[in-house]
Amino acid sequence: MTDSHGSEGHPAHLQHHFDNDRQQFSASKLGMWLFLATEILLFAGLFVAYAVYRSNHPEIFIYASQFLDTTLGGINTMVLLLSSFTMAWGVRAAQLGQKKLLVSLLAITLLGGFGFLGIKYVEYEAKWKHGLLWGVNFNPASHDDHGEDAGHAAVEAEEVAPAPVVTEAVTPEGLKFEPTVVPPSATGPAGTVEPDDGVDHDTGVQPENVQIFFGIYFLMTGLHGIHVLVGMSLIFWILLKSMGGAYGPKYFTPVDLVGLYWHLVDLIWIFLFPLLYLIH
Amino acid sequence: MSTAATTRDSNYLNVTKGALSWLLTLDHKRIGILYLVSILSSFFLGGMMAMLIRTELLTPGDTIMTADQYNQVFTLHGAIMIFLFIIPGIPAALGNFVLPLMLGAKDVAFPRLNLLSWWLWITGAFIAVASILINAVDTGWTFYTPYSTTTGTSVTLIVTGVFILGFSSILTGLNFIVTIHKLRPKGMTWFKMPLLLWGLYSTAIIQVLATPVLGITLLLLAMERIMGIGIFDAALGGDPVLFQHFFWFYSHPAVYIMILPAMGVISELISVFSRKHIFGYKFIAFSSIAIAVFSFLVWGHHMFTSGQSELVNMIFSALTFSVSIPSAIKVFNWLATMYKGRIQLDTPMLYALSFLFLFTIGGLTGLFLATLATDIHLHDTYFIVAHFHYVMFGGTVIAFLGGLHYWWPKMTGKMYNEKLGRIACLILFVGFNVTFFTQFVMGSRGMPRRYFHYQEEFTSLNQLSSLGSYIMAVAFFMIAGYLLHSLAKGRKAPANPWGANSLEWHTTSPPPFDNFDGREMQGVDPYDYTGWKYDESIEGYVPVGGGDGSRDSR
Repeated sequence: MTDSHGSEGHPAHLQHHFDNDRQQFSASKLGMWLFLATEILLFAGLFVAYAVYRSNHPEIFIYASQFLDTTLGGINTMVLLLSSFTMAWGVRAAQLGQKKLLVSLLAITLLGGFGFLGIKYVEYEAKWKHGLLWGVNFNPASHDDHGEDAGHAAVEAEEVAPAPVVTEAVTPEGLKFEPTVVPPSATGPAGTVEPDDGVDHDTGVQPENVQIFFGIYFLMTGLHGIHVLVGMSLIFWILLKSMGGAYGPKYFTPVDLVGLYWHLVDLIWIFLFPLLYLIH
Repeated sequence: MSTAATTRDSNYLNVTKGALSWLLTLDHKRIGILYLVSILSSFFLGGMMAMLIRTELLTPGDTIMTADQYNQVFTLHGAIMIFLFIIPGIPAALGNFVLPLMLGAKDVAFPRLNLLSWWLWITGAFIAVASILINAVDTGWTFYTPYSTTTGTSVTLIVTGVFILGFSSILTGLNFIVTIHKLRPKGMTWFKMPLLLWGLYSTAIIQVLATPVLGITLLLLAMERIMGIGIFDAALGGDPVLFQHFFWFYSHPAVYIMILPAMGVISELISVFSRKHIFGYKFIAFSSIAIAVFSFLVWGHHMFTSGQSELVNMIFSALTFSVSIPSAIKVFNWLATMYKGRIQLDTPMLYALSFLFLFTIGGLTGLFLATLATDIHLHDTYFIVAHFHYVMFGGTVIAFLGGLHYWWPKMTGKMYNEKLGRIACLILFVGFNVTFFTQFVMGSRGMPRRYFHYQEEFTSLNQLSSLGSYIMAVAFFMIAGYLLHSLAKGRKAPANPWGANSLEWHTTSPPPFDNFDGREMQGVDPYDYTGWKYDESIEGYVPVGGGDGSRDSR
């Protein structure tokens, strides 16, 4: 196994098929940008699904969006923006060879990732409790017992879900439903649809097929959450390496590239937050 | 540079030994060979499925299998041929070997990603094949919902496999784009690159931009099956047709992932074996990019009968017609290249000529299908099957075989039996047309695709088609036979057996580990053959002014 790709006369980090640092760095950076393009297109599928369903069923989105906690979403946005800032600063620190600063900035960034996921967990748990889930698992009716211990539930869940009791006929003020442009699926050709699933269609307030919104919500935030996790692992990895002093003015490519990835993860959330939480 | 370069006998094949030196290699040439062996194994597997299909269709109804087994066999034939063979075929196998050599580079930009790409391919292929053994999928290779979300076969598993194969494809594409941008040698401007590189570059763009959409589509399909997410389920307010849009948004561009590198190979072959400079270089180069761009805008032509609006249908139809413009530009430029050339009918050139015939038929029958009115009649018939086999097999596989014969001496250092090569190519050409031209006739008379049982009147045509497929099988066994034989007993290949001038022919056959013995390569006009003359004694070409096979070695 002498298939070695480092050779004499080169610095350790310069691979044998590159002429110099600059060529290697610009190749790595171009590669990373292309990878980010693939990430954007991966999410693009979900954004298209969002656009299609929202334009076909605006009332579902407007109705269901009120169950999301704007405050927690807003805090999470701030957390991610802040961590992006410390990440960008970290790249700068690596370029300037400020090892201690780099380590602490990466640690803060990592902490931001934990904070984001923690808050996301609180939000998910509230949705889970109220059966506000995707597709077949959408079952807010199973929580009829809210009537009995409404006070108890209110204390517990008030913070995380301002309007948890979906079975009540409450129309939030100023909420105007536009008529859906696509007929409900139950009128589809025989054989292509399954029998009615028993979700209450007759409350007069809750539109049909609210689960579509929660399906998209969980898909988008879930996939984003996985990316946050991947980003955190990468940050953890360069954090360890930077403690060993691996990066400096001559070689900071991994810090730069992980930074780009983290900014992309941040950027996707910047689109998710208004599209999911801030609909009126 | 390295000690390996000092002796002539040391090359990339023998520089290190042992299975691990191959399985963990970072050398693009070895990875190319790994890919070649892998995709040829898949091709064999997919070919066996094809034989089963054609044998089953010898008679209406049960011949050798049940209807359910038939559904599984044609699904696997499609899935294996598309995802395991034809998409990685030219880029990952031939491209990996040739691209850095054509650039005069030592390797691709990211050798580790390159190896990872192959391992991902192996993982994906393993999972896909495992799904066959567990409970083979019967949805057709397109995995259309709602059937794919309700069938009891192992859709989730094969979809996982294809998802991983997609990653492999993305990594190859990403690597090629960066390599072409950053590792071109001095003097090789964009318009002095061999046209294969333009083909691979435009392919890579599609691989990078389209494959993630397949990824998310398959992810959604898996979530639908595992969690009941409801996005494609009409009963839950979802839309099954959305799956078709998503699927074809990838899978139509994927058609060009298959054909663009094939066109690149043909550009090389036609020029070299006509002993004439390529005609209309820039037109061929830009038409590759144009096809890559168009490829993203025509997916709806797979869905003319799925209930799209008339307006959308018309737009997709018009855009589909426009793809024929850059394709025709290529064909006419190839013809113009051959005009008044000194055409040599070596095996690779025979494949290139077959390509011109078959691809033209495949392309023109595509226009029948892009026409809304005729498509209603021809949709889901054997006409479609014949059309895409003319493009995919008559185009891509023929070009792949041409490229394989062309670069075989460079890859292995051995010459194959030229006479058998020509005979096999002719047998293949005949067998192919007997198999698939017949299907145009059947399709236009109304035989539906994917049907197990058919009406009596189609029996003789089906049998003729099956006969053709057996002829093709004979040709493939011949090809496999003489290629394997050449490895053991073949004549030693000269550095430049064809008199080509792109940089891979400026080094020994097979190339040394670091490709050019540490020489700094410079860009040359790849289609200028005046610097080479034929030398009887080595049965290959040597530089006019002497030297070691490179005019720019000083």
